[in-house]
Amino acid sequence: MLLLPNLALLTTFVYRPLIDNIRLSFTDWNISSPTANVIGTANYVEWFGREDTRQILTNTLVFTFVTVMVSMAIGLGLALLLDQKLRGRNMVRSLVFAPFVVSGAAIGVAFQFVFDPSFGLIRDVMARFGAQSPDFYQQPGWALFMVTVTYIWKNLGYTFVIYLAALQGRRIDLDEAAEIDGATPWTHFRKVLLPQLRPTTFFLSITVLLNSVQVFDIIYAMTRGGPLGTGTTTLVFQVYQETFINYRAGYGATVATIMFLILLTITFIQVRVMDKGTKT
Amino acid sequence: MSTHAQVGPSDRHRSPLMTTAGYAAMAFVVLIIAVPLLWIVVTSFKERQDIYVRPAQWIPNPATTDNYSTVVTTIPFPAYFRNSLIITAALSTAKIVLGVLSAYALSLLRFPGRSIVFLIVISALMVPNQITVISNYALVSQLGWRNTYQGIVIPLAGVAFGTFLMRNQFLSLPTEIIEAARLDGAGPMKLLWRVVMPMSWPTLVAFSLITVVNEWNEYLWPFLMSDNEATAPLQVGLTILQNNEGGTNWGPVMAGTVLTVLPILILFLMLQRQMIKGLTAGAVKG
Repeated sequence: MLLLPNLALLTTFVYRPLIDNIRLSFTDWNISSPTANVIGTANYVEWFGREDTRQILTNTLVFTFVTVMVSMAIGLGLALLLDQKLRGRNMVRSLVFAPFVVSGAAIGVAFQFVFDPSFGLIRDVMARFGAQSPDFYQQPGWALFMVTVTYIWKNLGYTFVIYLAALQGRRIDLDEAAEIDGATPWTHFRKVLLPQLRPTTFFLSITVLLNSVQVFDIIYAMTRGGPLGTGTTTLVFQVYQETFINYRAGYGATVATIMFLILLTITFIQVRVMDKGTKT
Repeated sequence: MSTHAQVGPSDRHRSPLMTTAGYAAMAFVVLIIAVPLLWIVVTSFKERQDIYVRPAQWIPNPATTDNYSTVVTTIPFPAYFRNSLIITAALSTAKIVLGVLSAYALSLLRFPGRSIVFLIVISALMVPNQITVISNYALVSQLGWRNTYQGIVIPLAGVAFGTFLMRNQFLSLPTEIIEAARLDGAGPMKLLWRVVMPMSWPTLVAFSLITVVNEWNEYLWPFLMSDNEATAPLQVGLTILQNNEGGTNWGPVMAGTVLTVLPILILFLMLQRQMIKGLTAGAVKG
């Protein structure tokens, strides 16, 4: 049977751990000991009561939301502006897409230096305009800003290339009709282009969201979740931190389970909203 | 509104204002993307004391390749590189073979429960790696597979997205040709090799390229699985290097970054059309 190896791998390393993870979330397992005690919902109670939960949720939300909105908005804007005959457009397209194929770990390491408050690129450019660089390393808000900007930089090419392809596959006759009706560029964009781009926008909102919620490498490389302990810690990073640094695998599994439920809910809502949108 | 000549789909009429805005936007993104890259490369050729000056030097003076020799000689970068090659090659081969076979069975062969199996394979896309790492780590440690290649490769080898991609491709093939081959008495494997695959190369190339890129860039799992240069790939080696030198000695770290990124960028330059096709697959149909 051709499917068997793949099915066996997916079952063993995707579905089994998904379920096992739920079991672990009700234990106090420490990742290395052969045994663990079942402690009921204590981990969940702890999660809801803990002080850092709120900050970590906010970090995750800000990072994800800003990444999705900004990379889609800039990608769309860029695609609209470059959807015309321009010299060198294909070269620009390749250049903008290039960071997307580079690993998050490498970009994180490199951009830690780009944002270096003492000798980095940002500091140098700002100093030339007489401005002072924020302390991206020490201030939690700026650290989160740094991580978010870096991830947007990496992802911009993806949203741009997909929007550009969608724009170029659109119906020209609608553009012409709008022009004959004397539509302003803004109404043309809102009434003609945006509705046609709807499936693309939906696709991007889901993929960019799922990808950005899962980001680990950039955060690890740039901040290790800090400064001040949880300055840029997201749910994914907390799973790692609790399980492999604090040796609280049970609690880590709890966070992972909660994260999975959040992801499922968001995707479900997105699909529902989109269904409604296309029917009317 | 001015009147103007008929415009074709490829060169839609745009006002000079739009053209100017288009070039301005192009110049702007080129700056945003290229300047940091340039900064990284320039730094990698600087002497240590020249990195820590204000204002920054934009041309290394004197330029030196010391950082690169440091990375290659004092840090086991060649070993990380070898590990990356082995892991990427093994994982990509496994994923491509499994993906093609699964897609073939799920599109052109008939068997009971096919749609359920398809659902099981495709739903795996909804489960992020990050959620399964704890339990997988426990299992792989029990097997004594930490710091081994199989410990890194096997848990990642299941294919959901590739199956989906190849299945769509196989389903798009003309059924008459496949039926004709069947009537000629071609067995399932012969059908796959002689008829289906020759018509599917472009998609296979796109699928292979995204797999290579993704596996080369994979971080979290190899990072948890490997403590040292025996099995750690480049991405993990790079953050180990950063741990040791970052902040105080950026030169070798930037040189290491350049070396880590270069193979994939070269691949991208050579095969960008196919790569973009693969990496943006799924969006086109809307």
